[in-house]
Amino acid sequence: MTPTTRDHSTRPAAESEHSPQASPEPAQVPRSRRLIELFLLVIAWVIGIGAMCMVDVELAAELDSRIVMAGASLIVGSLIIHVILHLKARYADPFILPAAVALNGVGLAMIYRIDLTTNNAVAPSQTAWTAVAMIACAACVWFLKDHRVLRRITYISLAASILLLLLPLTPGLGTEINGARIWISLGGRTFQPGEVAKITLAVFFAGYLSANRDLILLAGKRIGRIRLPRFRDFAPMFVAWLVSIGVLVLQRDLGSAILFFGLFLAMIYLATNNLTWVVIGLLLVVVGGVFAYSTMSHVTLRIDSWLGAFEPEVYNQEFGGSGQIVQGLFGLASGGLFGRGLGAGRPDLVAFSNSDMIITSLGEELGLLGLGALLMLFLVLISRGLRAALGTPDAFGKLLGAGLSAVLVLQLFVVVGGVTRLIPLTGLTTPFMSAGGSSLLANWVIVGLLLAISHSARSPRVVGDEEPEEGSGTGHAPTPSSLPATDDPGATAAISRLGSTRREAPSRRGAPEAPDASDTSPTSAGGRP
Amino acid sequence: MASELTVTLLRFGFLALLWVFVFVILAAMRRDLGINQILRFNSLPGRGKRGASSGAAAGQQKQAPSAPRLPGQLAIVEGPEAGTTIRLSDTPVLLGRAPDCTLPLHDDYCSGHHARLFPQGSRWFLEDLGSTNGTFVRGERLTRATLVEPGAAFSIGRTVMELRA
Repeated sequence: MTPTTRDHSTRPAAESEHSPQASPEPAQVPRSRRLIELFLLVIAWVIGIGAMCMVDVELAAELDSRIVMAGASLIVGSLIIHVILHLKARYADPFILPAAVALNGVGLAMIYRIDLTTNNAVAPSQTAWTAVAMIACAACVWFLKDHRVLRRITYISLAASILLLLLPLTPGLGTEINGARIWISLGGRTFQPGEVAKITLAVFFAGYLSANRDLILLAGKRIGRIRLPRFRDFAPMFVAWLVSIGVLVLQRDLGSAILFFGLFLAMIYLATNNLTWVVIGLLLVVVGGVFAYSTMSHVTLRIDSWLGAFEPEVYNQEFGGSGQIVQGLFGLASGGLFGRGLGAGRPDLVAFSNSDMIITSLGEELGLLGLGALLMLFLVLISRGLRAALGTPDAFGKLLGAGLSAVLVLQLFVVVGGVTRLIPLTGLTTPFMSAGGSSLLANWVIVGLLLAISHSARSPRVVGDEEPEEGSGTGHAPTPSSLPATDDPGATAAISRLGSTRREAPSRRGAPEAPDASDTSPTSAGGRP
Repeated sequence: MASELTVTLLRFGFLALLWVFVFVILAAMRRDLGINQILRFNSLPGRGKRGASSGAAAGQQKQAPSAPRLPGQLAIVEGPEAGTTIRLSDTPVLLGRAPDCTLPLHDDYCSGHHARLFPQGSRWFLEDLGSTNGTFVRGERLTRATLVEPGAAFSIGRTVMELRA
């Protein structure tokens, strides 16, 4: 190999003076912004611990052990993640962690608050799970220097997803709680493997679609305006879809079925930039919904208690009535704009007020303003996830980041839509807030993955110093971005560029020579043909 | 009374704190999104002396025609990414479709690692890395590393690019 001049100092720096394009200050090194993260973390701790203290000021003054433990695990856990980000992923996004910590803290406070009125003891276990989940997130950042290694486990994660989804059905291990068979119990503790499956499924979809997108898009018969992919190209996706939906129908967990199907649609859309698939998918949802409504009793109950929530016979129904939804709505109403104040409402009147219905509990005590702020924090979290996906240069990272953000969005939509009667109420957990260790663990791992992806998106590239040219003839405003190598035509185009080969396809004839088969196969994508 | 007042103040204070948190994040994020602000990542931390390298990197943003300098820009003239211009430093550039390339091309007719552009002295040389469809300079398929002059187009797959000073 040719020796190359690497010594920058041989270039006379004085020349920048003649340069009209040279920025006034010397080139900026991307800022790691860990300091602002620490600052925001402190505010997040104040929010979380403050909320817990406000629930019962007298208990807080006596240094209730539950508050001390929860506060300590929040602070220590997030500090560990912060330090590891400092060491391993300096350029990771500084807003993801504080937003997640604040949401987790408020969730802990609400669970603690409901413990006080109902004499449950959920808060200590939720605190323990918070610590475990944060350590899992830290481990994720520590070991995942480059998120692209996950690409190698594309099919392993498909197998893992299937295994995880089937686990609750195994006799002896699976446990049925409240009519849904989605838990496994190990040594007295229950765990919901489906929560982890949503991450492994996102990894699989991202890996498979980033490698086979062109095959799915370009090979296959054309019917009218849409091109059907060949079955063998699409089969693994189909298997993933079938297993997740089929198993969840067997386990009678409607919420997770919606989540997985939504993830499937979102990933297909992100990878192909083709709205046809989304339309077909939504039609399938309608067909499936009508079918499920007429054949499955628990779905019928859900839909009836959604549509006729305020009818007395539905409300007073012994099992599966609309009492939960309506009580939640009453709670939200009594909260009003400013809320009753933490500890001053009666959120405990609602069934599952600390897990499925925690949004209405928060709405009752913090009011529309408080709930709005919490939803804004979710918005920050999710938009930063999408930003990381936009910034990262590789297709796998884009799909994974966007897919994981989609998981969070869908969960939140299903929960908030459910408790506000926009859509039928299905049992999903609110990310970071609901009582439930598996959900907390899974969501913190998602945060860890998003942090790793955002590090690769924001860190300077290792080879070469290329960057978009300002004022080049493309007519784009110079968009500052860490997207390397290509002119960045704006944020939204980055993901849609993933589908750009589809539009380029007709002009293929002008090409010098058809690419040989090995050139388009996924295996050679990373190597020399 | 006093404690009730405190409780009310705390209640509203908490709501205010939540929104302050949101707005602090948004304010910091706006800066991070860098609207109307030019973020240029010219030098890598830990490569050479920080101050010297960033000063030098700023110096090579525009090539002065007088000095024998490396052409500093690579422009894609034709192909799926036509219109893209990237700035070159003095490190080799790996061109191809693989995601680990310096300049990943979204061109189906490129090979994974298609060609390499490397500097020697004040000139760039292009070498084909055994690509399927070949690398062409002035219509001739490359067989060995070849000097590329600024303004001379070369093609990789369906992508045509040229160096600019």
